[in-house]
Amino acid sequence: MSEALLSAKNKRVFTDPFSENNPITIQVLGICSALAVTAQLKPSIVMGLAVITVVSGANVIISTIRNMIPNKVRIIIEMVVVATLVILVDQILKAYAFDISKQLSVFVGLIITNCIVLGRLEAFAMGNKPWNSLLDGLGNGLGYAWVLAIIGFLRELFGSGSIMGHDVVGKLYYAGYVNNGLMVLAPGAFILLGLLIWVQRTLSKYVED
Amino acid sequence: MDEITELISFSIRAIFVENILLAYFLGMCSYLAVSKKVSTAFGLGLAVIFVLFITTPVNWLIHELLLRPGALSWTGVPALAGMDFSFLNFICFIAVIAAMVQIVEMIIDKTSPSLYANLGIFLPLITVNCAILGTSLFMVEREYGALQSTVFGISSGIGFFLAIMSMASIRYKLRYSNIPEGLRGLGITMLTTGLIAMSFMAFSGM
Repeated sequence: MSEALLSAKNKRVFTDPFSENNPITIQVLGICSALAVTAQLKPSIVMGLAVITVVSGANVIISTIRNMIPNKVRIIIEMVVVATLVILVDQILKAYAFDISKQLSVFVGLIITNCIVLGRLEAFAMGNKPWNSLLDGLGNGLGYAWVLAIIGFLRELFGSGSIMGHDVVGKLYYAGYVNNGLMVLAPGAFILLGLLIWVQRTLSKYVED
Repeated sequence: MDEITELISFSIRAIFVENILLAYFLGMCSYLAVSKKVSTAFGLGLAVIFVLFITTPVNWLIHELLLRPGALSWTGVPALAGMDFSFLNFICFIAVIAAMVQIVEMIIDKTSPSLYANLGIFLPLITVNCAILGTSLFMVEREYGALQSTVFGISSGIGFFLAIMSMASIRYKLRYSNIPEGLRGLGITMLTTGLIAMSFMAFSGM
């Protein structure tokens, strides 16, 4: 190992997915769960944590055994590793956070088919050392988690007038303020993500052709 | 007769009100990636209907006969009767889907080369389409029966087909409009999807 553990290149691997190469707003991966679980803030954060765990775990495992995987069956091997990690996360959630696990319903299981996970394994872990892969996994997981947290925060605030289940609208309700029910429903999620992508892409000056 | 009407309204609900894509956000990745051209969207939509029609009943059988709590009581072995293998749902379902997609691909290749030429590239993509796995997981969560599961599978597929076709047609028109730079591509697609989702929700009174 001639390279320092936190060289400039490694730092970029870690921080790029936050904004310039964000998995959701730039690469357009993992949109399904980004919209489905974000009606409230709490499940959004838990989902973010679950994805961080699975992406970085799978990245490290695949990167460690990458020289032993025959090229032809690599997708199946990757799927098995990811599915095993997701089952672990699902069982842990069921044991320690049953309410949240019920709320997330099938979407914990759907981390298996979350394109971010498979995308990072194919694009990064198959060709890089475990340490770099861990950084890449953490970076992409966090890049995914912050977008989820923001959407969850806005949807809960405007849709149900609360944050983490605590009522924040309170007396405004009597002054004629009404929660926007659309935010909790599916169309609100699509529109909000569309606007968020607009803001994020304008800030990072990314133009799709 | 009553059962048939019930199944029809169940199917309409799964196609429109609880559209797998517009209400549950499943299959967004391929929806966004493949809706650029109408012809490819048509191919993917058909392939999804087909694969859902096959995998949902097969996964139902596996869950019912092998994995659910107490499912193994038909073996007659007392030690197995009390077992609950439902934690293996995820890994079994994804294996079935991957295998089914492979088999479907081989059968189409042998029987209808023209259909294969149209669907060919989309079939492998379908393995990682969350709409397929999601339908199987919903089926388990909502405890559907055999017939209901099959209808649910087909209806979800039709819902996906309708959504991706309408998006592809709209995007065809969008190519000629003047859109703000940051909104081009994904941004405007998401906003339009929101509007389509709203129109599909109008069926909820039915």
